[in-house]
Amino acid sequence: MFFRIGLLSFGGGVSGWVYREVVVLRRWMDEDEFMSGLALSQILPGANITNLSIYVGQKLHGLAGAAATFIGLLSGPFFAVLALAGVYSALKTVSYAEPAMDGVAAAAIGLLLIIVARGARRTTRSPQGLIALLATFIGVGLLHFSLLLVVAVVGPLSVIAAWRRNVADAQ
Amino acid sequence: MRNDSLLALLAVFVPFSLVSIGGGTSVLAGIQHEAVDVHHWVTTREFVDLFAISRAAPGPGSMLTTLIGWHVGGFVGALVATFALFLPSSMLCYGFAMVWRRYRGRRWHTALEQGLAPIGIGLMMAGVVAILRISSGGILSWTIAFGSAGLLSWRPKLHPLLLLLLGGGIFVALRAVHWPVL
Repeated sequence: MFFRIGLLSFGGGVSGWVYREVVVLRRWMDEDEFMSGLALSQILPGANITNLSIYVGQKLHGLAGAAATFIGLLSGPFFAVLALAGVYSALKTVSYAEPAMDGVAAAAIGLLLIIVARGARRTTRSPQGLIALLATFIGVGLLHFSLLLVVAVVGPLSVIAAWRRNVADAQ
Repeated sequence: MRNDSLLALLAVFVPFSLVSIGGGTSVLAGIQHEAVDVHHWVTTREFVDLFAISRAAPGPGSMLTTLIGWHVGGFVGALVATFALFLPSSMLCYGFAMVWRRYRGRRWHTALEQGLAPIGIGLMMAGVVAILRISSGGILSWTIAFGSAGLLSWRPKLHPLLLLLLGGGIFVALRAVHWPVL
């Protein structure tokens, strides 16, 4: 399954695809667990999709599972990118290649929007969650602050807010 | 000589792997500096070409590294560079995933999980905006992105590949009739 995802992952909408396969179709983990893995894979160094795959693989079969998803995810693109480099000069003359890629990338974004919508609905049940989401989005996406800086500021505040909320709920 | 250049690939890409927070794009500038200015593995022109190829190919954007490795040391170079960039961060992530799961259900873990989730979503939204901004489709890209999301939530069993083909098809068709936005 990850071999297929790796080979078909054009333009960055892949996490949406993983979400669909892992949570919606196969029910390997629930939504909470997936979202937490998603946050982890974005904050740790490395390509998000690689990290997310390792997270899923580790959950399913430990080290062997993680190794399998790693190889599965990267082997397809590895050969594809070498093959593409080989035919690049020929490809350069095809004027439709670029709009085709842009169209595919746009459709892939649609897959991402689905997780964004679900995640946003779930995490903004509390006002602090909404604030953390907006602060991160505006800081990184619109104002182009460094990701590290934004996570370092918003992260602890958001975690403390969640902690206090849970303590209040428990009482 | 050959071993020297393979070691150099390792020396350059392993550290990048461990600081590439937020994905490969965050270390792109650093990779360019090392590959072009410091080690002269590729010229600036070649670097831009390789970048375009890695974007057009499937897989993570950082497959650019594979191509640089290939330039330096052929097939072995490509393998070494790919592993150098992807393996260290993956091992780190594996360790974190294990620890992360072991403490599931503890109160501090729940707080971490709930506190980090909105940040993950916020980062993802920022990523969406960044990708749509650099693509040449403008408003059409947005329309297709929301259209495919709508279609997929209406029919969850629809195969994603079909949507991707549809998106690419629409762009090519509009380019063919010289639609002004493209």
